[in-house]
Amino acid sequence: MSTYSASKTVALPQSVEEGAAFAGRPLSLPTWFLASGTAVSATAAWIGFGLSCLLWEDLGDWSRTHALAIAAFVIAGGILAATASGQWLGRFGVGLQARAPWLLALGLFLTLWEIATAKFAWLPLPFFPPPQAIIEVYTDDLPKLLDSVFASVKLQLGGYAIGAAAGFLTGVSIGWSRSVGYWVHPVLRFIGPLPATAWLPFAFFTFPSSWSASTFLIALATGFPVTVLTWSGVASVSNAYYDVARTLGAKPSFLVLKVAIPAALPHVFVGLFMGLGSSFAVLVVAEMIGVKAGLGWYLQWAQGWAAYSNMYAALIVMSLLCSGAITLLFRTRDRLLVWQKGVVKW
Amino acid sequence: MVALATADRAAPAVAGASLDVEAVSHAFDIDGAVLPVLDDISFRVKPGEFVALLGPSGCGKSTLLRLVAGLEPPRSGSLREDGDSITGPFPSRVVVFQDPTLFPWRKVWDNVALGLEAQGILKHQRHRVDAAIDLVGLLEFRNAYPHQLSGGMAQRVALARALVNDPKILILDEPLGKLDSLTRITMQAEIASLWRRSGFTTLLVTHDVEEAVFLANRVIVLSDRPARIKADIAVDRPYPRHRGDPILAELRRNILGLLGLDATW
Repeated sequence: MSTYSASKTVALPQSVEEGAAFAGRPLSLPTWFLASGTAVSATAAWIGFGLSCLLWEDLGDWSRTHALAIAAFVIAGGILAATASGQWLGRFGVGLQARAPWLLALGLFLTLWEIATAKFAWLPLPFFPPPQAIIEVYTDDLPKLLDSVFASVKLQLGGYAIGAAAGFLTGVSIGWSRSVGYWVHPVLRFIGPLPATAWLPFAFFTFPSSWSASTFLIALATGFPVTVLTWSGVASVSNAYYDVARTLGAKPSFLVLKVAIPAALPHVFVGLFMGLGSSFAVLVVAEMIGVKAGLGWYLQWAQGWAAYSNMYAALIVMSLLCSGAITLLFRTRDRLLVWQKGVVKW
Repeated sequence: MVALATADRAAPAVAGASLDVEAVSHAFDIDGAVLPVLDDISFRVKPGEFVALLGPSGCGKSTLLRLVAGLEPPRSGSLREDGDSITGPFPSRVVVFQDPTLFPWRKVWDNVALGLEAQGILKHQRHRVDAAIDLVGLLEFRNAYPHQLSGGMAQRVALARALVNDPKILILDEPLGKLDSLTRITMQAEIASLWRRSGFTTLLVTHDVEEAVFLANRVIVLSDRPARIKADIAVDRPYPRHRGDPILAELRRNILGLLGLDATW
C-alpha cells in the first residue's frame, strides 16, 4: 500500500474551488500519481475485491461469483479512468476525488466480506451470505422484490398522505380556534402518545381489509407528530405579525392562510419528519403481521424459509427507500423554506 | 402622493384625515391588578398635520397608537377619524412599528404588496407596489428576502408597506428607534419629505426630542404612566428644516425641561 501512504503527504483540496483549480492544472505523471493517491488505492481495492472472488473456490453454490468479479474490475477501471481524466470531468471529477476515500473503504470492506464468507466461512454461512448471494437475489428474485417494493410504497404513500393532511388540518384548527382546542386537545393527549402499533389488533378486526387497517395505522402514526408540531407552530406565531396584517386590512381567513400557516411551516416540517420515521416502523410491523405483501412481508417470508440472502437484499432496498423518502422530504423543505436560510442552520 | 395615487383619486389638496381623541383612558389587567396607562387624553389632529407624541419610556405612548390604529378598543372615551368612530383596524390608518416585522417568508415585493393583497385589490394595482418600493429607493432589492436586508433597509420596506395603502393617517411607533444614528438622520429627512409630498396626517411616537421637533408641526408631551398630556407645543418652523436651527434648539431645551431632563443641557 505504498501509494496510500504517499497520498497522505499531499494536502487534500480544502474546497471545491481549490479542488477544481487542482484538477484544472496540467500535471506531470508522478505529481498526478501522488495527488490521486487515494483514488488509485481505491482502484487497487476494487481489483483486490475482484481477485478475491476468483482466487479461491466458493464454499457454497453461487452462480454470480464470476459476474461479480467482472463487475468489480469494471468499477476499478471506471474509478481509474475517471481519475485520470478528472481535469476534463469538471464537477464530477471533483466529486469523485472527494469520495475516493469512501470508494477505497467500500472496496476493502467488500474484499473482507467476500473472504470472510464465501471463501473461508469465518462467519457462519447460512446466516452471513457473501455479496454474490445478495446479487443473485436481485437478479433472480427481482419480480417478487419489485412487487414488494411497489406494495410497500403504495401503502406508505397512502397512509402518510392521509395522516399528514389530517394532522396538518387538526394542528391548524387547534392552534387557531380556542373552542376546537378545547374539544380536541384532551382527545389528542389521551390517544396521541399511544404507539400506533398498539392499535394493531383493533384495526385488523375493525377494518374491512388488512390494507385499509394498515393505512389507518400509518396515518395514525404520522398524524400525531404532525398535529402537535403544526399546532405548536401556529401557536407560537408572533402577535406582531397579526397586528401588521390586521392594520393592513387582513380578514381572519388571510390571517390563517397567509400569516399563521407560512409562519408555522418550519415546525410542520419537523412534524412531517418525525411522522415519517414512526410511520416506517408501523409499515413494517403491519406488513409482517397483517398484510400479505410488501417488504416487511418479504422479510418475514425470507426469514421463515431461512433465505437469509433474500432478507439482506430486502433490508438494503428498504434502507434505500426510507433514506430516499427522508431526502425527498428535506429537499422539499429546503425549497419551500428557502427564506429561512441565514435564520436557522440545519 | 402623486406616485401612489390611484387614477380615480385626483390628488386632493390634503390627503390626510382628521383625528379626534376624546377623553380616552385605558388600563391593563396584569395578574388581577389594574394598571392604568392612559388618563383622560384629549387632542385633535387637523388633516395633514404632523404630530409627535413625546414621553418617557413606558408611559403608554405606544398603547395610544394601538388605540388609534384600532388594534384595541379604549376602556373609556372615543377616537374618531374624520368624524367616524374608530372600531377596528382599517388600511386608511397604517402603523409602522419599531421592529420592521417583515414577514420573513415573503420577498421584499410581496411584503410591500401585503396590504393590497389582504384587501383583495393586488391584481389590478401591482404598479402601486413597484411605485412604493421605488419611493423608498429599494427597487433593486425587491426580490431579496428580509434576512438579506440591513436594519435601515428593512425599516424602509416597512415604510413602503405602509405607504402603498395610501394611508390617510400614518402611525409611526418609534420607527427609527433601533437604527444607527446616521441611518436615522437620513430616514428622518426622508419621512419629512414623503409627508410633505403626500399630505397624509402623521402621528409619530418617539422619545427622541430632537426627532420630534425636527419633524413635527406639534409636539404633545406626555407624563409618566398613566400618561396625561403635559404640554402641547406648536413647532412653527418652515420645511425643510435644519438641525442647527436655533429656534428648534430652544424648543428642544424647553421640552427637555418639561421632561425634567434639562439639567445636563
